[in-house]
Amino acid sequence: MTETMHSDDRANAAAVLSVRDLVVEIPTRAGTLRPTDGVSYDIRAGEILGVVGESGAGKSMTGNAVIGLLDPPARIAGGEIRLNGERIDNIPRDRLRRLRGDRIGMIFQDPLTSLNPLLTIGEQLTETILEHLPVSQSEALERAVAALEEVGIPAARARINSYPHEFSGGMRQRVVIALALCAEPDLVIADEPTTALDVSVQAQIIALLKRLCRERGVAVMLVTHDMGVIAEAADRVAVMYAGRLVELGPVREVLTRARHPYTAGLMASTPLASLGHARLKQIPGAMPRLNALPAGCPFHPRCERAGERCRENPPPTLAACEGRAACWFPLTPETEESAA
Amino acid sequence: MLAYVLRRVFQSALVLLIVGLVAFAMFRFVGDPIDNMLGQERTQADVERLRTELGLDQPFPVQYWRFLEQAVQGNFGLSYRQGRPVSEILVERLPATLELAFVSGLFALAFGIGLGIFTAIRKRGFAANAIMTLSLIGVSLPTFLIGILLIYVFAVELGWLPSFGRGEVVAIGGWTTGFLTESGIKALILPAFTLGLYQMTLIMRLVRTEMLEVLRQDYIRFARARGLRERAINFRHALKNTMVPVITITGLQLGSIIAFAIITETVFQWPGVGLLFINAIQFVDIPVMAAYLMMISVMFVGINLIVDLLYFAIDPRLRVDRSAGKVT
Amino acid sequence: MTDAPLSPVREARAVKRFKRAWDSDFAYSFRRSPVAVVSFVVVAILILAAVLAPVIAPHDPFDPATLNLMNGFTPPMTENQFTGEVFLLGTDDQGRDVFSTILYGMRISLFVGFSAVLLAMVIGVTLGLVAAYIGGWTETIIMRTADVQLTFPAILVAMLIFGIAKGITPPEFRDQMAIWVLILAIGLSDWVQFARVVRGATLVEKNKEYVQAARLIGRSRGAIMLRHILPNVLNPVLVIATISLALAIIAEATLSFLGVGAPPTKPSLGTLIRIGQEFMFSGEWWILFFPALALLALALSINLLGDWLRDALNPRLR
Repeated sequence: MTETMHSDDRANAAAVLSVRDLVVEIPTRAGTLRPTDGVSYDIRAGEILGVVGESGAGKSMTGNAVIGLLDPPARIAGGEIRLNGERIDNIPRDRLRRLRGDRIGMIFQDPLTSLNPLLTIGEQLTETILEHLPVSQSEALERAVAALEEVGIPAARARINSYPHEFSGGMRQRVVIALALCAEPDLVIADEPTTALDVSVQAQIIALLKRLCRERGVAVMLVTHDMGVIAEAADRVAVMYAGRLVELGPVREVLTRARHPYTAGLMASTPLASLGHARLKQIPGAMPRLNALPAGCPFHPRCERAGERCRENPPPTLAACEGRAACWFPLTPETEESAA
Repeated sequence: MLAYVLRRVFQSALVLLIVGLVAFAMFRFVGDPIDNMLGQERTQADVERLRTELGLDQPFPVQYWRFLEQAVQGNFGLSYRQGRPVSEILVERLPATLELAFVSGLFALAFGIGLGIFTAIRKRGFAANAIMTLSLIGVSLPTFLIGILLIYVFAVELGWLPSFGRGEVVAIGGWTTGFLTESGIKALILPAFTLGLYQMTLIMRLVRTEMLEVLRQDYIRFARARGLRERAINFRHALKNTMVPVITITGLQLGSIIAFAIITETVFQWPGVGLLFINAIQFVDIPVMAAYLMMISVMFVGINLIVDLLYFAIDPRLRVDRSAGKVT
Repeated sequence: MTDAPLSPVREARAVKRFKRAWDSDFAYSFRRSPVAVVSFVVVAILILAAVLAPVIAPHDPFDPATLNLMNGFTPPMTENQFTGEVFLLGTDDQGRDVFSTILYGMRISLFVGFSAVLLAMVIGVTLGLVAAYIGGWTETIIMRTADVQLTFPAILVAMLIFGIAKGITPPEFRDQMAIWVLILAIGLSDWVQFARVVRGATLVEKNKEYVQAARLIGRSRGAIMLRHILPNVLNPVLVIATISLALAIIAEATLSFLGVGAPPTKPSLGTLIRIGQEFMFSGEWWILFFPALALLALALSINLLGDWLRDALNPRLR
């Protein structure tokens, strides 16, 4: 499959979310950090984009920037974010607030702490619905019940007046998903939605996300460090390293024929039964801290393919290398064959 | 729920029994009650007669039981100093203290919670920082110094408000109130402010700390992510969660207002039970001390009990958890 | 290790240790906090002044021979109209030099404060350790007592203890005993905090490997508590002690002000304020003002220091 995502116009027209050259900065005493540096990607309706990387790679920061929930002093320092073609990175706070929950839903990592323990799930659902949709109290309640039914809460009508602690972890994450989706957003940002759950429940939640995405045509940004979740759920995958996007492509392509050495290393170190790796390898070293990024390509100290060029020049942008891997010496089908 | 309430009531009763034991021990062993009641001219017969009359020849548990019996009926004997029944003196003095405590408690609660929320929401604002700095000074200031300062400014220098007493009071049944006369209300202002200020500062700092903690929680972030208004987030989501721990501690704070009234009443010569207690200590008037101790214990234990039940009402997790014992 | 008083090795080690202490986060945050530095300096000056009172004070307020009633009510820094003497902070009704009475009063306030906190600390730490380490009924009784006492404000408990102790002491000894009774009253009213914190910390430490190991090699309970657990719970104890000191000084001042503390023959700052209050309406403001100012400086600076200490030792709270 060849990637010709080059024509920006076509991609933009279909994209629900379009991020261009996004830079997030955190000014600190020791200088300005860039947890997200020049990231660009699109998510289309009905598509799940997996964003993957080690902790600290800037995955969550990117998601928080999109929904406008960066904790000060972190701020968007450059680039654009468009939702359905409309810029949302520079709009007034109150308009952005109205978008949240309405056009963009968000799912957090830990369902045990995402729900207010002192309000019933019905109260939390209806307050969200009433905030965003012009409906009456009773209609909001009906919609709340419907939302719970849709995410697979049994006996939803009876349980609407229950408090969060009366649900199990998996059920609570379903409630969280219902909350994120109850105002029918176009985009859902799921930040590690399965990390805090039991393995058996993880699969159910992933299946639920996939179903909702297909049925409703929601664009989903699935942030995770779990390659298994990516393989299971994502249509396309974006790999992040030290705040930069290093590889972006269809999930099968990236997982089986990674072009960026980091992605390849990540795959080799991930136990994925479906991909049939015999032995796990690890990437030497650790991701550099944001205040101590090496010159050139940030991955070069750990990269076995690195050359002179990588030490001196920042890697090419994704657009410049036909949208796949931001690398001077990407793995190509030929090199892969010769290596095999 | 019922089991929990019963257990709390049982615990409260136990505390009162222990306090009763302390009060009784004071009666019995601090100084000789007979010495205190009979003058210098006494015969051995007098002593024996009084000993039997007071039941001092009975075994200790019997004496304690009789003391409790009397105490429950409000009978604490005669004040050594005034020679009148202690209960009569207490009832006479109580309205003054309760009115003072009520007004300062109201003041402390309203401003404490209000300013606490304000300083938490406007965490980095100039006003919030100024209030926090002032409050630290306020906590460090001994109450009586604040009282003296207020007297100096408003009574001595400006002459706006009286420096001592209750002003004119109106008797309604057995209750004397200062709320109905102008001089009564004027006299109330300085003492109530003095007494409430310290509690207000504590409540404010507590509310602020708790609220900041709550505002860091995931569910607040999630509420933001759902696009709720700041006002809904601050007052519906954050405040309710803040109030759970605040209610417990605040309840106890308000209870201690009655105890701290001792200091304020002395500074302003406010004719309440606190001033009575201080005078009792100065003159070693044991029956008054013991009765005051019992009275204030009943109030404290009662407030504690109410606070616990309130806690129970506000936090749904406790209503279902069978292991409610962890909340004490 | 040798016992040579200052062998070069030892000296070098001491220098190194000082350097390490100076460079530590703790010292750094101290140097960085102007509030901490200022309050530390104020506390140090006040304590020094109190300790050196007999040297600094121009008069001995407790020696009737040096008093001259003619000097009564002399305003600060003005010549007395009868004797021509000048007093830095004026004199009180009996002609005592206010500056001197403050120095001596502070001595008593600080002595009572420190002793009471020491008493509370010894009782609290011991009971806390014992409760956590022995458990069972001992623990229940200790902690229940703590709970019941905590129901009542410390100042009320202190008043009560003072009242009872006064009742037990024969009247002729009451003034003499007052200071000791004060220490006892404040100390007994304040042990609970220590006991609770030490118990909590001990319960945590008790199950750590090193304590288990010490138990396995047959150390006695007492030895384990003193040598292994105690040093590990001292940090929170130090914080509570600082805060308790401010509270104890305020408690002492309050009790003395209320007339149930230090007697006029041995006045503490609180007693001085009580005396001074009588002259507030007649215009002799300095008799009240300067003792109040001294108490304020003392309480405020110790409190600010304690507040800073709590934050410095508990970075999570910031």
